[in-house]
Amino acid sequence: MIWTDLKRIIRAGILNFSRVSVVSLSSVFIFTITLFVIGSLILLNALLNYSLEQIKSKVDVNVYFTVSAPEETVLAIEGALEKLPEVAKVDYTSREVALENFKERHSADYLIIQSLDELGDNPLGATLNIRAKDPTQYESIVNFLEGGSEIVKSNSSYIDKINYHQNKAVIDRLNKIIAGTKKVGFAVTLALVIISILITFNTIRLAIYISREEIGIMRLVGAGNHYIRGPFLIEGVLYGIISAVVTMIIFWPITVWLGRTTTMFFGGINLFNYYLSYFFEIFGVLLISGVFLGAVSSFLAVRKYLK
Amino acid sequence: MIYFEKITKIYEDNSMALDDVTFTVSGGEFVSIVGHSGAGKTTLLKMLMAEERPTSGNVFFESIDVDSLKNSELTKFRRRLGAIFQDFKLLPNKTAYENVAFAMEASGKADDEVRADVPHALELVDLGSKMHNFPHQLSGGERQRVAIARAIINQPDVIIADEPTGNLDPINTYEIIQILKKINDMGTTIILTTHNKGVIDSLGKRVITMEKGKVTRDDQKGKYAL
Repeated sequence: MIWTDLKRIIRAGILNFSRVSVVSLSSVFIFTITLFVIGSLILLNALLNYSLEQIKSKVDVNVYFTVSAPEETVLAIEGALEKLPEVAKVDYTSREVALENFKERHSADYLIIQSLDELGDNPLGATLNIRAKDPTQYESIVNFLEGGSEIVKSNSSYIDKINYHQNKAVIDRLNKIIAGTKKVGFAVTLALVIISILITFNTIRLAIYISREEIGIMRLVGAGNHYIRGPFLIEGVLYGIISAVVTMIIFWPITVWLGRTTTMFFGGINLFNYYLSYFFEIFGVLLISGVFLGAVSSFLAVRKYLK
Repeated sequence: MIYFEKITKIYEDNSMALDDVTFTVSGGEFVSIVGHSGAGKTTLLKMLMAEERPTSGNVFFESIDVDSLKNSELTKFRRRLGAIFQDFKLLPNKTAYENVAFAMEASGKADDEVRADVPHALELVDLGSKMHNFPHQLSGGERQRVAIARAIINQPDVIIADEPTGNLDPINTYEIIQILKKINDMGTTIILTTHNKGVIDSLGKRVITMEKGKVTRDDQKGKYAL
């Protein structure tokens, strides 16, 4: 009995969808716009996160050691730093490599190269380049370096300079910008999603308002609420499924077109590659959003006429 | 079978649609209710179908107090009634076959029964050849015949026909009334409202006359007397 009812409800929903083509097409159109907004937000979020990650990755702190600092001491401090949970990466540059790099950078400057030769000794100390997992964690890393551990305390005389304090203002400002951007992004996303949901809900309400007389007839004929509501739910679900597919198709040429631009502008991320890599995830989100919106909107809209 | 007991209906704007209406309808009867527009004929039928609730009084269908039915019970109750309306009230996006089948499916009949009974009902109203037409592809008379097929498909105890010939030409009116008479001859109770003097006079059955919400005459084998 339940299976027979379900079969009839699904068949009626599909028939209504195909027969009331103008209403179905306009509903699919509105649903597609809503899902397009949601999909665009997913892609924009990916671009935003990538850009923020790029900016974050450019923030670092260097520890400059004196020329007399033994290599094993520097390596021991590097090892201690790597054990910190806040630290993402530590790069060691030995005195020799630092000199080579310096010479390479100034190879065109004859005066500097000649001065180095006259000096006869390597004037550069080793350095440790530290990248934190999050830019807000540099302060605690620097606290560690300024005497927060035994190994640093006993070798503090070898540390010439930590450039955190001169970069602090920039890092703090950057942290504020990142946090602000995320907040604004979330607020804009939320506002657009809410607006889209309201528009979709009203579209379904209108579509069902057109059918209010039919609902009345069904009730007079003795149809139960589930039997009246069911086909409208199926129609809502169909709007969601078809719109999700249409939206994914629309995103294909758009991401191809934007792919090169985003690579050039954001330096690395190609929107089309992102779309392909996360195709099923994006489709899943759109499909679930569409089906959920369609079913819930239909359920609520029909309920009014079943009271 | 049906008992209207002191039914009064006053709408929110204080207009009185029904004023202390009392009468009974026995099983198998063919009762016509006549009266001018606004006399309360349709309101009375709506009370029986529980589309509207009386301000005071009761409508009994057998031992059921219609007014006391909950929404969930109404669905089952309405399957015992067949309804025919002036504006046909067909589902516009369903074919004639599907309109009739819908009433059976809604009452939980099996697919085999639906496939067997629906063509038979449509043949009975002489629409066998147009069962796959949509309402907009049918004439007024044909649409009303689909509505009749839908009304009788679940073999209801009563058929309520609210001005079923109001939108039809004389030939179609005659044919619809003949079909209703045939259904009545098979034992189904029929309650008909109409303005049509010719219809009433040709029927020669019980006539209840209403004026301003009151029953003013109740004649067995009556004539149209307004």
